[in-house]
Amino acid sequence: MAVSDMLLRLRYRIVPDRLFGELLTKSWIDNVIPVLVLAVTVLVMTVLIPGYLSTGNMADLGRQVAEFGLIAIALTIVILSGGIDLSVGSVFALTVLTALVCMNVLGVPIGVALAATLGVGLVCGLLNGVLVGYLRLRAFITTLVTLVIFRAIYDIVFPKLASAIVASMPSSFLWDYIGFGNVVGIPISFLIFVAIALVVHIVLSRMRPGWRLRAVGGARRSAFNAGINVKLTVCMAYAASGVLTAMAAFLFSARLGSTGADTGIGLEIVILTAVVLGGVSLGGGRGSVGGAIIGTVLVLILSNSLIRMAVPGSLNQLILGVVLVAAVLFDVKWVKNRGKILSKVYVSPTYLALKERPRVAEDPVLAVNDRLGDAQQIGVGAVEGPEDVILDRDGNLYTGTRHGNIVRFFAPDYNTHEIFARVGGHPLGLAFTRDGDLVTCVGGMGVYRVTPDGTVHKVTDETNRSALSIIDDSRLRLPDDLDIAPDGRIFFSEATIRYEMSEWAVDALEGRGNGRLLCFDPKTGTTRTLLRGLVFPNGITVCRDGQSLLFAETWACRIMRYWFDGPNKGKRETFVDNLPGYPDNVNRASNGGYWVALLGMRTKTFDLAMRKPGFRRRMAKRIAADEWLFPNINRGCVIRMTADGTITDSYWDADGEKHPSITSMREHKGYLFLGGVSNNRIGRVRIADADPDWTAPDDYWGDAE
Amino acid sequence: MRSLAPGPASLVKSQEGIVFLLALLAFLAFALFLPAFFSAGNLLTLVRSVSILGILALGMALVVVGRGIDVSMVATMVVSVSWAFALSRSGYPLEVALLIGAGFALLTGIIIGFAVAVGEVPPIFATLAAGSIIYGLGRTFFFTLEMQNVPPGEDWFALIGQGRILGIPVTVVAFAMLCFVAHILLSRTRFGWQLYAMGNNPEAAKITGVPFRPMVVAQYAISAFVAFGAGLILASSASAINARLYNSTFIYDILLVVVLGGIGLNGGHGKIRNVILGTMFVGILLNGMTIMNIPFTVQNLVKGVVLLFAIIIDSLVNPRDEQTSQQGDL
Repeated sequence: MAVSDMLLRLRYRIVPDRLFGELLTKSWIDNVIPVLVLAVTVLVMTVLIPGYLSTGNMADLGRQVAEFGLIAIALTIVILSGGIDLSVGSVFALTVLTALVCMNVLGVPIGVALAATLGVGLVCGLLNGVLVGYLRLRAFITTLVTLVIFRAIYDIVFPKLASAIVASMPSSFLWDYIGFGNVVGIPISFLIFVAIALVVHIVLSRMRPGWRLRAVGGARRSAFNAGINVKLTVCMAYAASGVLTAMAAFLFSARLGSTGADTGIGLEIVILTAVVLGGVSLGGGRGSVGGAIIGTVLVLILSNSLIRMAVPGSLNQLILGVVLVAAVLFDVKWVKNRGKILSKVYVSPTYLALKERPRVAEDPVLAVNDRLGDAQQIGVGAVEGPEDVILDRDGNLYTGTRHGNIVRFFAPDYNTHEIFARVGGHPLGLAFTRDGDLVTCVGGMGVYRVTPDGTVHKVTDETNRSALSIIDDSRLRLPDDLDIAPDGRIFFSEATIRYEMSEWAVDALEGRGNGRLLCFDPKTGTTRTLLRGLVFPNGITVCRDGQSLLFAETWACRIMRYWFDGPNKGKRETFVDNLPGYPDNVNRASNGGYWVALLGMRTKTFDLAMRKPGFRRRMAKRIAADEWLFPNINRGCVIRMTADGTITDSYWDADGEKHPSITSMREHKGYLFLGGVSNNRIGRVRIADADPDWTAPDDYWGDAE
Repeated sequence: MRSLAPGPASLVKSQEGIVFLLALLAFLAFALFLPAFFSAGNLLTLVRSVSILGILALGMALVVVGRGIDVSMVATMVVSVSWAFALSRSGYPLEVALLIGAGFALLTGIIIGFAVAVGEVPPIFATLAAGSIIYGLGRTFFFTLEMQNVPPGEDWFALIGQGRILGIPVTVVAFAMLCFVAHILLSRTRFGWQLYAMGNNPEAAKITGVPFRPMVVAQYAISAFVAFGAGLILASSASAINARLYNSTFIYDILLVVVLGGIGLNGGHGKIRNVILGTMFVGILLNGMTIMNIPFTVQNLVKGVVLLFAIIIDSLVNPRDEQTSQQGDL
């Protein structure tokens, strides 16, 4: 191997390119940038302002975060619903006034004062809610007007009560405690805030009202069609906003004990900046309580620091405005382009060197013949995508279809068929258990078991999550083929953990070991991952020793042998290397050897491309997916090999009309049955030298009693 | 289709008809019950003060027809004019200073337009934040006093707000002429037709070849420039301009005119006569309330409630089109 190839190989082994794309698929990535900005800001302020991290300053910040944070959460709820609430500043002023009037002027108990404050907030919120939710007004302009109205009410009432508020002091211990109390150095109001934030977070992310809210914000019409009461949900979002704002006002009043003519003016801009900075998307559906809090802390640190650096108020306003526009700009572009970036960088090719390709045309065994040309056609047009085929003891033929069914053709002539079971996903690999249950790998779903009467049971759809994987690999994305060991353990392959069923071929462009081998143990009912990092593991068949299995690694063009039991347990060795095509399913043959389906033959071009990951990356980034260079998966054949891996026969469809690409084959009583994931038929062809009495169930489980 | 020439029957049914009748009623009621209202002096004040509101509303109307909104108009107005005055006091000739002010206003409009058209920031957001930025910029860097008097020794400037042509105040003439220009622009030029197309269905307009982004930038540039012009008239008639106007509810008065007049916030429809109608009604209302000596705060409340009802009626008369309204269309 040339030095340059070694370096290339090393580079793709060491640098984890794929992580970038995988990071972008995570939902928490929205919060990463705000957190980074926050960290940088704190760092800068600590350096610029001496004594910034003092306890006194922190406690002060904690109290402010409590008040502002509650309003930020209020606004977050409304924005999640697809609206906006600009009236929070005025509602805040009104509720502060309510709380102070109750405590200072009327002297009612603190519980009553709290109820009255929250009540005023609720009324204000409900007004917005009814207008926006039920009357379908535009949220922005409506809350802008209610902002003016609430403000006008405050301006009318406040001067009449200002002196009365200042004149008396409430004598409530609890009131003072909320305003000034600490628990182990942490302000009590901050603790109240944390409790409320936790509750709101759980409701928003883990409970039905929160999901409905997000659904309405994310896609209003779809939410309506799904049966969600859109109007009520929107209305309740505004009501919640009013109540949370009132709670903030209550904490604020307890701390300051007075209010001024300018209380709450411009608050909506500050909070809006905070919320948008925290990654809550205008337009709804995206955002979290955590993000809102991060944004709040960021804005408070920013504005507090500006004040401490003696920046004039108007400049402060200017900076906040710029930050707001920048944040919205970033948010709009981020939401719009994230998908685009993701689709550009997700495909992450790596170096894969295959040996010199065997010359098929000159090989007497592999050369194209027409042995499949006169195959009997079964179910033409009735089955779509029979990836795998299998026969039961009675000779009936089963296959999965793209429509999510398992179809049964009846022996002996296979002219009639019925839908045996409805699974819901595309069944790929099929295998019979000792008891005659049909077990199948369903793309996008998991492993399912179908009893002889046609009822479907889930076997498994998850495995242990690997600790360091960024994408969640506990769910089964693309279980491909399976086989069953003598003791009933189900061994199955998952072709790739990075792509869905619909885009399985894209995995070929990566050439990385994205797949794995898993085992479901019926004794414990658990699924465990046995081997990771396999290059599109595909067909699996248990060897006749009952201790090992063969599995095909499609893009690596090889078949591996793995011992799961016995003295060699855990050993893995190459069974056949450098196949002329991409192996798919592997099944037992009557002569003691194995059948292997080659879904496509290798080409020199693509073999070269596999050694040029940079080329494939540029291709995936720069041109449309329709134009990408894919491996040849249009034209393949079936090969038979002996138990030690020597290829003895090949079966081709010379015209390529009936069975150009074959993904599976089964031998049964002297015939070979053929399936293909992109075919619309099953083929049956006579094998001249096959044992006419051999059936797979007998070979696996012994003669039927 | 709405009938082009509203007869007496359709007058009562359409929103503008109702507003027209309300304006008439308010006018009659004030004239009957408020002795100070129906005097030549007051009517002149009314028309003059209303003209400034009307001019600003014309600028707003253009943007609203194109499915946008510009709540930074007042900020642009006070800052650009105040800066011009401050520059003039620091030694620039008033003409040059005014040119700089106009340039500043245009620049803000263009920047906002870019934020909306290219940055795809929702218009109300862009302009709300822009107002805050423009005001902060002005107060921090351009001038220190809130109250900027018209520089002395420039008598011609006073003519804009206080002069008369054939006995009619220049302000009113300016409003009338602007109305005429805007009417021609909207109804007789490609710009106007494309504006309606954009407001009706932005996506369809883009597909059919309307130069969408330049059009958006042009709208905000025009509204900012109109704001500067209105600011000149305001400053000339009062001999000063008060930057604190930004903190008042003036911008809501402008919105009130547009929405009450019957230009739906959805965009795509509304004519200049709607602006005139809205201006009349709001002007009469404000003037009457001032004469009745209603406190400023209560006036705000009344205006707010009236605007709220106007929006409710607007949304009932022009329901939002679910087909063309977009996700995140606030």
